[in-house]
Amino acid sequence: MSRKITPTLSPQRRLYLKTEKRRRQRVLFTQIGILVLFIGWWEIAARVGLIDSFIFSQPSRILDTYLNMAQNGLLTHIGVTVFETLTGFLLGAVTGTVLAVLLWWSPFASKVSEPYLVVLNSLPKIALGPIIIIIAGAGTRAIVVMALAISLIVTVLEMLGGFHRTDPEFIRMAETFGASRAQIFFKIVFPYNVSTLFNSLKINIGLSLVGVIAGEFLVSKAGLGYLIVYGGQVFKLDLVMASVIILSVVAALMYEAVSLLQKLTVSRIEHS
Amino acid sequence: MEVLRIDHIEQTYQAKNGEVAALKDISFHIDKGQFFSLVGPSGCGKSTLMSIIAGLLTPSGGQVLIGGEPVTGISPRIGYMLQKDNLLEWRTIRQNVLFGLEIRHQLTEKNIDHADQLLKTYGLYEFRDKYPSQISGGMRQRAALIRTLAVCPDILLLDEAFSALDYQTRLEVTEDVYQILKREQVTTLMVTHDIPECISMSDFVVILTARPATVREILPITFDIPTRTPLSCRNSPQFSAYFDHIWRELECHEP
Repeated sequence: MSRKITPTLSPQRRLYLKTEKRRRQRVLFTQIGILVLFIGWWEIAARVGLIDSFIFSQPSRILDTYLNMAQNGLLTHIGVTVFETLTGFLLGAVTGTVLAVLLWWSPFASKVSEPYLVVLNSLPKIALGPIIIIIAGAGTRAIVVMALAISLIVTVLEMLGGFHRTDPEFIRMAETFGASRAQIFFKIVFPYNVSTLFNSLKINIGLSLVGVIAGEFLVSKAGLGYLIVYGGQVFKLDLVMASVIILSVVAALMYEAVSLLQKLTVSRIEHS
Repeated sequence: MEVLRIDHIEQTYQAKNGEVAALKDISFHIDKGQFFSLVGPSGCGKSTLMSIIAGLLTPSGGQVLIGGEPVTGISPRIGYMLQKDNLLEWRTIRQNVLFGLEIRHQLTEKNIDHADQLLKTYGLYEFRDKYPSQISGGMRQRAALIRTLAVCPDILLLDEAFSALDYQTRLEVTEDVYQILKREQVTTLMVTHDIPECISMSDFVVILTARPATVREILPITFDIPTRTPLSCRNSPQFSAYFDHIWRELECHEP
């Protein structure tokens, strides 16, 4: 949306725009302020001995850790985690969508699978960790399978729900022209559910990361989850804190990437 | 020339507490270019009859003939227009208009030309690259009609096609649609519960009884005015006479 500023703007309008702008600035300023205050307080509290920096670490030590980590292959660890997450994410999205399509295709299969999906959905997938490791081997494969296990069922349920919520009038309209089931799917149901797809992708990128970190806790030689577990075991809490912060940045960036993709796609297909 | 023949149609369906008769021995026929309306007490099975004619539903007895051929399954000779315009919002107006042809794998140059011609004649050509949300309700309904006419159906079914519109738009659209249908010589069967609407548009009104529906009367509608349009005939004194007649016929058969 672009707002055209013309000289014919009424004083009331100008006042309104100004107030709006000021309100947005105030929110941003407070958000940054809280972060700065928090880090500042943390540093000072650690220095004067109010908190134990051995347990809680402190910003300056985290910064040092970053500088050291940069030489110790920090980028490799980030790369491993991102790679595993994206692999699990893509596998989950594709497999989940395909399964949802098959279930939409056959209402019988959809009905039959209902209780199984409900149970699988509520099962904490991390509990499957040991089984996954035994089947897939203690390595990257187990981690990717873990990410897949966590995101798959949610995708299936989300997409299937979207397919079933497609406006029945659209389907009826296509039927009056004699559309086949495949035509109904590709020309009505799927385009109708592009936003459902993106919403499910947004949930999935986060879930895949949960799966990857859980997997890395159990078996790994590299990755952010590995750094966190390793840091904990050798009581290097600076390393744990540093990894957690990077992890949150990575998570936010991946989510934003999906959001951006959604905006680009939606602006191409929706016009209002 | 006879286009549609409804031949002793019966329909019963199975409910949990027994068999329900919806339609009983319904017969009438429509000639080329005629506009028929179907009215009846609410819930009498008008929409069921429409679904049977469109081939979406198989009747328990009797048959529907289009151009002498019995209807089995969804017939390509029928154009069916539903209550909502159902324009797909991710397609442009032109892509929407071509939807039926696309579904039927009939996107030939000749058919596309015909669709473009319809868009031009009915004032939508300059909006062909717009999306449904960018045009008015009346134009949307016109686009939906062109989508149905683009497949060159032998008969057009209008199933409460205007009832989702507000009153003002509805009058405009019926006027529009009437002109288009008369000009393109389209044979039409409309279901409606709006009595003035059916009088203003029809050549014949088929009045059904309450369930199980049978044909109560087939009423020819004529006006002594030179150029009949849905709006102009509303002022004719004959209009209210027809209204009273249909109203009475419907009323005395309500339970």
